Amino acid sequence: MSAALTVAVPRGALFAETLDLLDRLELDTADVRANDRRLWFADAGIVTVRPSDVPTYVEHGAADLGITGKDVLAERTDADVYELVDLGFGFCRMVVAAREGEDSLGESLRRLGRIRIATKYPRTASAWFARTGRQAEVVEVKGSVELAPLCGLADGIVDLTATGRTLEENGLEIIEEIAPSTARLVANPVAHKLKAAEIDALVARIRGLG
Amino acid sequence: MSHPIPPGTRDVLPDEMRELRELTEGLRGTFGEAGYGEVWTPALEYETTLRTGDASGAGAGYRLFDEQGEVLALRSDMTIPIARVVATRLGEAEPPLRLCYFGHAYRAAERRTAELREFLQGGIELIGLPGAQGEAEVIALTEDALDRAGLRRHRVGVGDGTLFDRLLDDADVPEEARESLVGCLSSRDLVGLERRVDQLGLDPTTRERLVSLPSLRGGVDVLDRAGGAVDALRELHELLAERGVADRVIFDLGLVRQLGYYTGPVFEVYDPAVGFALGGGGRYDELIGRFGRPLAACGMALDVGRVHLAQAAEERLR
Repeated sequence: MSAALTVAVPRGALFAETLDLLDRLELDTADVRANDRRLWFADAGIVTVRPSDVPTYVEHGAADLGITGKDVLAERTDADVYELVDLGFGFCRMVVAAREGEDSLGESLRRLGRIRIATKYPRTASAWFARTGRQAEVVEVKGSVELAPLCGLADGIVDLTATGRTLEENGLEIIEEIAPSTARLVANPVAHKLKAAEIDALVARIRGLG
Repeated sequence: MSHPIPPGTRDVLPDEMRELRELTEGLRGTFGEAGYGEVWTPALEYETTLRTGDASGAGAGYRLFDEQGEVLALRSDMTIPIARVVATRLGEAEPPLRLCYFGHAYRAAERRTAELREFLQGGIELIGLPGAQGEAEVIALTEDALDRAGLRRHRVGVGDGTLFDRLLDDADVPEEARESLVGCLSSRDLVGLERRVDQLGLDPTTRERLVSLPSLRGGVDVLDRAGGAVDALRELHELLAERGVADRVIFDLGLVRQLGYYTGPVFEVYDPAVGFALGGGGRYDELIGRFGRPLAACGMALDVGRVHLAQAAEERLR
């Protein structure tokens, strides 16, 4: 496939498994694996981007296809992309967590009428607390979310966890599960029409891998 | 000192304006030669007018009170105002009516996105010519106008806005499950669609139709795989073939338009140089009747700014 399709590949937690998948689809990932700093691999039709940027690249047609987590797509509901296939890998859960052994959320809700939540996923968090009928003040942070309940920035957090170890190490416990997440194949809406045959062939091969 | 303008609006300076003017003049010329007379309607309508056309007010995002306390809204498309004109000012005119327009429409957009709140639409409405005859004329004229605007690789996507509803009817899907299925399709979540269909416990053939038909898109062979449910599109294909534009149409059985007034085939316009649709339209046979004059109609609206982007992108590739 000499770049009939351009794929946005997420650097980060999904990177290794994404490249393995592309290998099994007989795309040439040798260059990508050998070059840690290069971002654009024209011959292979691969661009490497932050996972949260995948919907942006695909929505604007800078890439025809992309691979990213359902967690990212749930947060970027504004991005107009097709969600084509659940790729099955990269399993993790979006959860609400708070300090272990304390009912800090219940306490705040009772006494202050609202809870304060720190998260990298403000939309997901707001939607979850609205859906479950609780007033929440959502504070957006860019990283190290686990710190927020420890130093009093928030009563709890909404974050993604695979094993729960980081939470545990910081004295936090999972109190609610919002949604599971796995990697998804997404497509640009125009490419989905104009490159239908190429995209359908790739999707069929992915499904064939089982 | 900074004097900002609202997000989603823009100023146009002479170099760009010259190109935009050339583009709109070209489109206007093509529409005019095909017998489409230009109309102009106010940017502000009574909100009740927009709600008469579409229960949600066609997604109008900006409302204000006038000095009488009436609620006014900035129009979110041109089709509803033109339906109003056809039923009122043109109430005596003998159909078919061929009208075109160039005007700004207004929609709410999220602040951080690049989407425009004010955008220029140029389009055509063909009123009183029912069925595939009308749709074929509108699609062929759109192709012609974009050819003359210098695009070479554009395609018109054609679907049927009623198809998925009819499939749900055939499958006896209960009312309470329909909303989430339609929601998945219109948000393009095909993974979620398949999952929700699987929860319905349908027989394998019905399940397969609900899951796979919305993913079918391509040439006329797509219609063969869909059977009798797409007879209207098959007739349209024949007429497009007679006009010599059939190979520039992509049949897309998952195509959904967001506006609620479409009653049959729906269209979207694509160019490979840009990642979003350049425009869209479809058949709306009940809309003008809501204003008191039952007339079949269909139309197409192009987003002039996006067509201009596609022109520039195509030129760069040449």
